[in-house]
Order: sequence, then C-alpha cells, then structure tokens
Amino acid sequence: MSESSAASSSPPSTQGASLPAELPLVNPALVKWHIVAGIVWFTIALLAGLFYSMQLLQHWPLPKWAVLSPGRIRLIHTNLIAFGFLANAFWAMLYWCVPRLTGQRVLSDVLGWVILWAWNLIILLTYVGLHLGQAQAVEWGETPVWVDPLVVVGAILIWLQFYPPIVRTKEKALYVSLWYFSAGMIWLGLTYIMGNFLPEYFVAGNAAGPLLGLYIHDLVGLFVTPMGWGMMYFFVPILLRRPIWSHALSLVGFWGLAFFYPLQGVHHFLGSPIPMFAQYSAVVSTIAIEIVVTTVVINFFMTHRGSGVSIGSNMALRWFWLGALNYFITCFQCAFQVTLTFQQVIHFTDWVVGHAHLVMFGVFSFWILGMIQHLWPKLTGRQWWSTRLNEWHFWLTAVGLGGMFLTLTAAGLVQGFMMMGLSPWIDIVRASVPFWLTRTITGLAIIAGHGCLIWNMVATVYSARTVKHVDMDYEPYEQYIEEPAGV
Amino acid sequence: MERFSFIFLVAGIGFFVLAFVVSAWIPMLPVKDLQIATVAELASRVPIEFIELREEYPEAFQKAFGDVSDEEALAEALRIGHRAYIAEACWHCHSQQVRHWGNDEARFGRVSYPEEYHHELGMPPLWGTRRVGPDLAREGGLQSNDWHVAHFWRPTDVVPDSVMPEYPWFFEPDGVTPNRTGLSIIAYIQWLGSWNHQVEVNIENLPAIDAMYESPVQHPPAPARPQPTAEEDYDDYGGENY
Repeated sequence: MSESSAASSSPPSTQGASLPAELPLVNPALVKWHIVAGIVWFTIALLAGLFYSMQLLQHWPLPKWAVLSPGRIRLIHTNLIAFGFLANAFWAMLYWCVPRLTGQRVLSDVLGWVILWAWNLIILLTYVGLHLGQAQAVEWGETPVWVDPLVVVGAILIWLQFYPPIVRTKEKALYVSLWYFSAGMIWLGLTYIMGNFLPEYFVAGNAAGPLLGLYIHDLVGLFVTPMGWGMMYFFVPILLRRPIWSHALSLVGFWGLAFFYPLQGVHHFLGSPIPMFAQYSAVVSTIAIEIVVTTVVINFFMTHRGSGVSIGSNMALRWFWLGALNYFITCFQCAFQVTLTFQQVIHFTDWVVGHAHLVMFGVFSFWILGMIQHLWPKLTGRQWWSTRLNEWHFWLTAVGLGGMFLTLTAAGLVQGFMMMGLSPWIDIVRASVPFWLTRTITGLAIIAGHGCLIWNMVATVYSARTVKHVDMDYEPYEQYIEEPAGV
Repeated sequence: MERFSFIFLVAGIGFFVLAFVVSAWIPMLPVKDLQIATVAELASRVPIEFIELREEYPEAFQKAFGDVSDEEALAEALRIGHRAYIAEACWHCHSQQVRHWGNDEARFGRVSYPEEYHHELGMPPLWGTRRVGPDLAREGGLQSNDWHVAHFWRPTDVVPDSVMPEYPWFFEPDGVTPNRTGLSIIAYIQWLGSWNHQVEVNIENLPAIDAMYESPVQHPPAPARPQPTAEEDYDDYGGENY
C-alpha cells in the first residue's frame, strides 16, 4: 500500500518552484514570535486554571477583588487556551508549513506583523474585558461582544495571508495538510460568526441553544482539530523520513471529519429542551465519526510502525505519539459518553472537564509542544540548552495531564451517580474534594513542567551551542523525499 | 478531491451550511413563531421576593433603582443581575435546565420546556454545561432574600462546605447591605423559573400544582380490593372504617 501511494502522499517537492532569489520562503521571525506570544498566554492560562482549582478547595489565593473574581479567572483560563495559545501556535505552524507545502510565500510579511500585533491585541482586549466582567454568555467564546467583530477581522486577515499561497501553488493536487488548513481557516470564521452573533442578537432560547452547542463543538472540531491534523501530516513524515502510510485513509479521514463533525453540535445539550430529533441526529453523527477517527489514528500509527525507538530519542515525535494516543482515547470516550445512557450520569460532572482537558491539552497542546521542540532550535539557531529539562518538561506534563484526566473522570462518575441518587447536594461537593485536591496537585506538576520549558527556551536563546546549518527553504524535504531503504 | 476549490467549496462551505441547516435551522422551526419576550414583559409579574427586597432594604433599593414602579425596578434589576450572572461566570457552575432524566425532575422540579427560554435574557440561554452547584432554573423563591444576602457575602457561613466564591463587591462598604449589583442579582435569582408558569400556582390551586409535578418513581397501580359479597359479614372488612 505504501509503495503505490508513496508518491501522492508525500508533500510536494518545492524544488521546481520559482522563488525570488533574495527572499527566503519562510519568515522565521513570524513563526518565532507567534510561538512566544502563544507561550506567554499559555502561562497565564495555566496559572488561571491553578487558581480556579484552588477555589474549589476553599483556598482562593488572590485578593477578593471583583476583577480577580474566581468565575472571571475561569473564563480567562479557557479563552486564553483557545485563542491565545492554540491559535497563536497554529498561526506559527501555518507560517512554517504553508510556504513549504505550496512553494509560495505568504501574501505579505508586513501583513504578517500586522496579524501578529492585531491578533494578540484581540487576546489582550479579551483578557482585560473578562477581568472587567464583560463576558458574553457563549461557552469558549466569552470574548466581550465589542471584541467579537475584531476576531472576525482577525480571521479575515488570516485568510488574506494564507489562502493566496494555497491558490497560487503549481501543484495540481494539494497535500493532505493543505486540505485541513484550507477548510479549517474558513471554518474558523464561519463558526465564530455563527456562535457569537446569531444567539446574541437574532434568536433566543431554544433556537439559540443549538448554536451554542455548534459553536463549542466546531471551535474544537473545525478549527483546532483540522489545524492539529494538518500539522501532524506535515511534521510526522518529515521527522520519520517516510511518507504517510496510506493516502486513501487520509482522504477518508479528512472527508469524514468535514462531513460528520459539524453535524454534532447539539450533543453538548443532550436532555435540554432542544427537539429530540436534533439530539438523536447529533448522537448518531458522533458515533459515526469515531469510525472515521479510527482510520486517521491507524494511519498515524502505521506510519510510525517499526520506528518505535524514535519516540525515545526524538522529543518532538514523542509528544506527537502521546498526543495521538490521547486523541484515540478521547475519541473512543466520545462514542460512549455521547449515548443517552452515559449522558444521564456524566453530563454536568467533572467527567466532561476531564474530557475537555484531554482534548485541548492532551492532544492539541501536546502536538504544539512537540512542534516547539522541533522548531525552537531552527528558529533560534541554537541547540536546546538542556535535553534533561526537556525530559522533565515532558514527563511532568504527561504524568500531570494523565493524572488530571483520570482523577476528573473518576470524580465525574462519583458526582454523576450521587446526583442521580438524589444525595444532598453538599454531600456531592464533599465527595468531590479529594478528587479536586488531586487535580490541583497534577496541575502543579503541569505548571512545573511548563516552567522547565520556559527556562529551557530562554536559556537556549542565550546558549552558545549553535545549530550548524538551518536552511529555511528546503532543508527537511531532501532528507525524505527519496524514500529510505526498506519502506 | 485534492484541489483547493473543491475542498474549499464542498468541505469548507457546503458541509458547514448543511450542518447548520440540520443542527440549527431545522431545530429552530418548532419555536419560530414564539415571541421573544422583552425584559419589560418579564418584569410585568413581580415576584413577592422582589417586593420583600424593597421593603427590607428601602434606602439601598431607592439608591439603586430610584423612584420607579416595582415593574420598572424589576426590569432594571433583571438586566443588571443577568449581566452580573454572566460576568461572574455563575453559569459555569450552575446550570439552568432541568433534564427529563437523571432524576433531575425529582431534585429540581418541572422539566424545562422551550417556551420559558424565549425572552431577551435567553439570548443566549444560560443552560450551562456543569453543575458544581445545583441547577437554578427553578430557584426563585426556594430561599429567602436573607439567605441569599448572607450566602453571597460568605457562602461558608450558610453552607459550611460550600466551594462557592465570596462576592464582597455585591455589598455596600458596611458589608451588610447589598448594593445595586447585589440587589439585582438576588432579584434575578429570585425571579428564575417564575415568569412562565403555565398555570396560576397558588395555595388555592392545589390541583394545578399537583398536575405540574409528576413523580419520577412510577408506582404500579394498587391491586383491586376484594369487595364483600352479600353473604359475607360486612364487619369482617372493618366495617365503615375499611
């Protein structure tokens, strides 16, 4: 299978493309600063999560001021992860990947700097707005209503920047990653407009509820997931120096995601007054996509086959591999938890919180951290200052997140059955405290790991050990376009 | 299937629109003729708790809402209270939907129905996705105003193991009197679940209350009692006391 599909499943060679001789294909400064911005927001978001978890232990660490209200900190936690960390990191990833896959530069470097500042200004305004109590009642989109139009402008700037190289490319058939990027960028804009404007200004109650569900779901499924998988289809073959196992399965994976994913939004409000036919359709579609997801995961792990040792030696691949494993667990979980039988128990409990952390952190943030592992030496021209710190970062984060997922899942079952069993409400809270304490401890491990990463990134910049040769144009390709022996 | 135009138009736009039609537009149809009630309409029926609030804190109430009718004051309070409820992310720990399973009905009361969310404060509805605290869809009137005042100041004074945050900024500097935001959010919570009762619920209308409540536990019908035959002594069955 791999031999017949090898040619079409490799990223296209860029060597035939004509380039302006004076300009490199990729502008590494834009990649670097988007990563830095993402890490800054990530740091604030992690601390916000830690503080909020301490409120549930009756130990609020901040002054009891309105601007530092625990509820507002919780909104900051989720919004900075989605739009501050993940989006910034994905823009960095697009700046790195799209020119290499298309052989074309992005529209404009000036526009690139405008986007960098504009996007992070939007996040800053969101951050300040949430502190000041101007949240909007849209989960994962609490961005104040007066910032919403700016986010749409931000999405349009992203289209202007990254669609031109994809349209201009000389390649007749786009590589898998570009399918995901092409669709994911337009989906971000459409999803944002649908979720943040329609229920706020046009429809109410039962007509607005499904839109909220669609928004939560599509933000993850139609923006974060396509960007994440596009990233995997790009970096994994490069690092393994072999093509994707099956081109056919990548087609199934992409078109399955595109068709089934947007149909599932209502499953976030099962049991609500939304008509049951809509709820059933969301359930069926969710179970259907798990079949599609399985093909993507099989494709990923079959590409890895026979090179398990690389997970030990290559930090980036290790993050990718663990992220893909978490992706499989998450999606496997989805197929069950979406059934009405599970929903009676686990909806409204910490099970869902655990699931969300496994998706947003355990999968997509892990992949981004893997990308940073791979790119930071290239961007700074320095070798990682300490491989030991990288190991600490990996293990603290992986164990911390794994522990957090397990403790929240267990807490969810306890809470769910106690809710169904009509226990006095405060008993449910009391029963949750040991799980919440474990969660805070695992959160501390994650933050310690994050500290290792920041320390190492900064120290790398000031390190003397330079990388010998960083070619921003072709460097990774030549190593793997010719198939290594034995594949 | 690997060309930009096909991916962009079919996957990017086509499938998204299809999903919007299936998951959002069709579910809108059953409620498309419902009027979206304005806040003023919601406030036309003033809960008794709001009047009590005015009587308990006359000066703070006067300062917060001025010299207006109860209805106008309630409309203003609902707007401010709803705003604060969103800003403080109350809706991330308290849901506002009673599901028709999971014994929600036994704990929180009548199952939620579409009509009760069709008002300006339901744009968007605050259904929530997590219950750290209990559901609030039917909270109005369950606790006294005093309970809410004490609870917002320091929840652990009222419920020792509560993990709800304290809200000192809902109070005047004296720490006793709720300020404009405090009065408003109490008014909002005391209003929840009250505006769209489909029957007049009061102590004189017990059958209506009975009809609203359906026990989640369905008892099997009682077995038919044996009827005394003419031959049997009527007293064997306890006579008139049977």
